[in-house]
Amino acid sequence: MHKLWASTYKEFLLLTRDIGGLAVLFLMPLLLVITITTIQDGTFKTLETSKIPMLLVDKDQGAVSRNIQENLNSSDLFEVIAGKSEKDAQNLVQKGTYQLAIIIPKDLSKDLQQKVRDNVEEILMRFGMEEENITSVKSEPKPKEVILYFDPATQQSFKSSVRSNIKQMISQIESQTIYKAFQEQLTEDESEVIFDTRHFITFKEIDPNNNEKPLVPNSTQHNIPAWTLFAIFFIILPLGINMVKEKNQGTFVRLRTQPVSYATVLGGKTLVYVTVSLIQFALMILVGIYLFPLINLPKLDVSGRLPLLFVVAFFAGLAAVGLGLLLGTIAKTQEQSAPFAATFVVILAAIGGVWVPVFAMPKLMQTLSNLSPMNWGLNAFYDVFLRKVGFAEILPEISLLFGFFLITTLIALSYNSRKNAI
Amino acid sequence: MIQISQLSKKYKGATDFSVRDLDLTIEDGEIFGLLGPNGAGKTTLISMLCSLLRPTTGSFTINNLNYKHNKNQLKQLVGIVPQEYALYPSLTAIDNLMYFGSMYGLKGKLLKNKIKEQLEILGLHDFARRPIKTFSGGMKRRLNLISGILHDPKVLFLDEPTVGVDVQSRTVIIDHLKQLNTEGTTIVYTSHHLNEAEHFCDRVAIIDRGQIVCKGVPKALIEAHENAHHLEDLFLILTGKALRDHA
Repeated sequence: MHKLWASTYKEFLLLTRDIGGLAVLFLMPLLLVITITTIQDGTFKTLETSKIPMLLVDKDQGAVSRNIQENLNSSDLFEVIAGKSEKDAQNLVQKGTYQLAIIIPKDLSKDLQQKVRDNVEEILMRFGMEEENITSVKSEPKPKEVILYFDPATQQSFKSSVRSNIKQMISQIESQTIYKAFQEQLTEDESEVIFDTRHFITFKEIDPNNNEKPLVPNSTQHNIPAWTLFAIFFIILPLGINMVKEKNQGTFVRLRTQPVSYATVLGGKTLVYVTVSLIQFALMILVGIYLFPLINLPKLDVSGRLPLLFVVAFFAGLAAVGLGLLLGTIAKTQEQSAPFAATFVVILAAIGGVWVPVFAMPKLMQTLSNLSPMNWGLNAFYDVFLRKVGFAEILPEISLLFGFFLITTLIALSYNSRKNAI
Repeated sequence: MIQISQLSKKYKGATDFSVRDLDLTIEDGEIFGLLGPNGAGKTTLISMLCSLLRPTTGSFTINNLNYKHNKNQLKQLVGIVPQEYALYPSLTAIDNLMYFGSMYGLKGKLLKNKIKEQLEILGLHDFARRPIKTFSGGMKRRLNLISGILHDPKVLFLDEPTVGVDVQSRTVIIDHLKQLNTEGTTIVYTSHHLNEAEHFCDRVAIIDRGQIVCKGVPKALIEAHENAHHLEDLFLILTGKALRDHA
């Protein structure tokens, strides 16, 4: 026990004697979470409050194009800017000056009205409400295409969102035109309301934890767990370097000649680096609660869930340290350990769902994500942060994290024992 | 007593043995010098005796303890001063010694007193709370020595303990080793300073290509060879003047 304590104290001293390294260890994750949350919160706000500039080329100059413009302006999503021509709009979008342009085709209003009127007359005639003038030959209007141009750099998710909004708007305009045509056919009095055009089917989003309170996840609630986990796992980088340095300095050779087990040496490192990860987590939480509101970011809500969150952080820290111990045991040089650690953490984060949600990944990656300790940690954090579950529900995830720590540490011990067996 | 029997070491991928069928007995209380050109097998032999390398064949005992069955007892019995400094540069002298002393099971007042005493003897007391990275080569060598003797080992292995230090530091180190020897510590040491070895060692063995080419009391060995006036003459006669560069 005394040797474990001495090893722990030595690790503590090594960390604290490197003030620059210590600052990087604690400040960089904070900088990371502040930066990412600010960017993502900006994206949320862009979609919710600020408008995306959109070029509109109106070749129709009719009621439908005016309707589309009014709808776009009132949608809170877009700021409509009149474009000179389709060619000009296409160039500006290609250059990235605008993210998108919409081209309303010529005679859209006229042809849509014609098409709808023809259909309505046809229907009414079948019901015997219209005078028969079958002899008149109707010219069928050609189907119209509203054209969208997107900046090639635009993300697919943004494109899908805009496409869906425009499609919905056009359908709405079409139905209103149909209603209007019926109205014109059925009554001379324009003020008489024949149809109730309000939506019959609407939807309501309810938080499954709370029957009435709507689920309002914000960028902070999503980012703090994800990026805290990322920072916790980044600890394998300094830990790996620390161990490789010991080999290069010769101190590890000296330890091998001393009556102390490798498990004790690793135990000291584990205690210190898990504590570091818990401090990192505490700092992230404090930043989320106290700093974020000061810089106009949503405040982190941890009410009543702090102990469980620390339980998850503790086991995530253990898993990260286990990986670091294994890397530090196997790597021979800093050139091996540092790039591997940095890249591997990014890969673990990617397949763990830190950037892209697991459900949105291809099938193979979804399967792989089940093997990422970051995925287990992230699920446990989301369970506590967003799903508000208890200890029993996060037990499977923290067991996996603990199992990962045990396995990686046992491999490190076994590798060292085989490598240095006398 | 150290008893080495038919000890050999061949590194993985190597064509030759670094140490081959070596038999040697070192008595209790001796200062024994292992001398030889670069790549002769001195460090390999010491590494095996310090439980750092697994012998390919053969065996050895230290105070009747077998290296295979009494690992921890052997480690407690033996002190090692490696050629590298083997210290944490960002930690102070006291931090380093507290840590390495603790790994031998020393603690509390005993450890603190031991550290204080050794720092004073080797002239490092005033620098005890400074980080090692600010130390000169000689200071690091002396601290490296203290790290290996805090637990009063019965047998002390030193791999070139005076390499790269000034005369003053070397004198302090050699004097202290002599003192430890008078207190009962068996010393096994390697060096390229043949003059130092000639005066310091009770017996020496000259090793070349993994084998002992001669062993005995330095004075007797020199007298036995007509053209040798010093150990260095004998060394060149036995090992030749050809360069021993190896990658």
